[in-house]
Amino acid sequence: MEGGFIAMPTDVILWILGGLILISAVMSLALRNLIHCALFLMVCFLGLAGLYLHLNAVFSGLVQALVYVGAVGIILIFAILLTEGGGTETGSHLGSQWRTGIGLAVLLAFALLGAVSNSPQTTQAARHTEEPTVREIGLKLMTDYLLPLQTIGLLLTAAAIGAVVLAMQEPKPRKDETP
Amino acid sequence: MTFYLALSVLLFCVGLAGVLARRHAIMALIGIELMLNAANINFIAFWRHSSAADDLSGMFWMIFSVAIAAAEAAVGLALVILVFRHRRSVRLDELESLKG
Repeated sequence: MEGGFIAMPTDVILWILGGLILISAVMSLALRNLIHCALFLMVCFLGLAGLYLHLNAVFSGLVQALVYVGAVGIILIFAILLTEGGGTETGSHLGSQWRTGIGLAVLLAFALLGAVSNSPQTTQAARHTEEPTVREIGLKLMTDYLLPLQTIGLLLTAAAIGAVVLAMQEPKPRKDETP
Repeated sequence: MTFYLALSVLLFCVGLAGVLARRHAIMALIGIELMLNAANINFIAFWRHSSAADDLSGMFWMIFSVAIAAAEAAVGLALVILVFRHRRSVRLDELESLKG
C-alpha cells in the first residue's frame, strides 16, 4: 500500500505530461492558423522536455528545451512570417488525399501499438541510478564520442552555411530598375 | 516502459498524419519534427530502463539526433522560403512542375 501511495503521484505526472504532449501535437497539426500551430508545437516540445526530466535525464531535457523550444520554434515562426505573412491559410488546409493519409497513420498506429503490447521488452522497471554529471558527459564526448561530435559539428556548419546560401539569394534586379 | 513506447507510437502517427494530410510545406516540416521527437522518446526511455550501468549511449544518440533535426529544420525552412520566393506559394500540391 505504501509503495502504491508513493507511486501514485508519479503516474499522475506521467499521464498529465503524456496528455499534454499528445493534445498539443494534434492541435499543432489541426489548426488553421500557422502561428498557433507553431506555438502548440513549442508546448509539445516543452512537454517532452518535462518527460525527459521526469525520466531523470536532466541533460537531455535541457537540450530538448533549448534546441527545440528555443531554436527550432523560433526559426519556424520566422519562416511562417516570411512566407505567408502569418495569416490563416486561404482555401482548404488539407491536401487532396488527406483521408488516405490519416487512414494510413491510424493503421500504422494500431499495428505498432499491437507490436508494443506484445513485446517482451516492456516489463523492465526503470533504474534509479544517478544522472551522469555534465563533467562525465563532457569527458565522454571528448574521448569515446569524439568522431561523432566532430562529424555533427561539420554537419551543422554545412547546414548553417547551406541555409544562409539558399535563403539569402535576392531576386536579381532588372536592368531598368538600376538606380 | 509500455507507456513511453505507446506515447512514442502515437506521437509518430500524429506527425505522419500531419505530413500526409496538410497542404502547407511548413506543416509537413512540423510533422517531421514530431516524428523525430517520437524517436527521441524511445532513445531516452530505453536508456533509462536498460541494465547497463554507466552507458551513456542512449543519451548521446538522442543529442546527436536533436542536432541532426536542427540542421534539417534549418535547411528545410530555407528551402521553403526559396520556393515561396520563386512560386509565391508553398502549397505542396501546387508544386507540380515535375509532373509528367
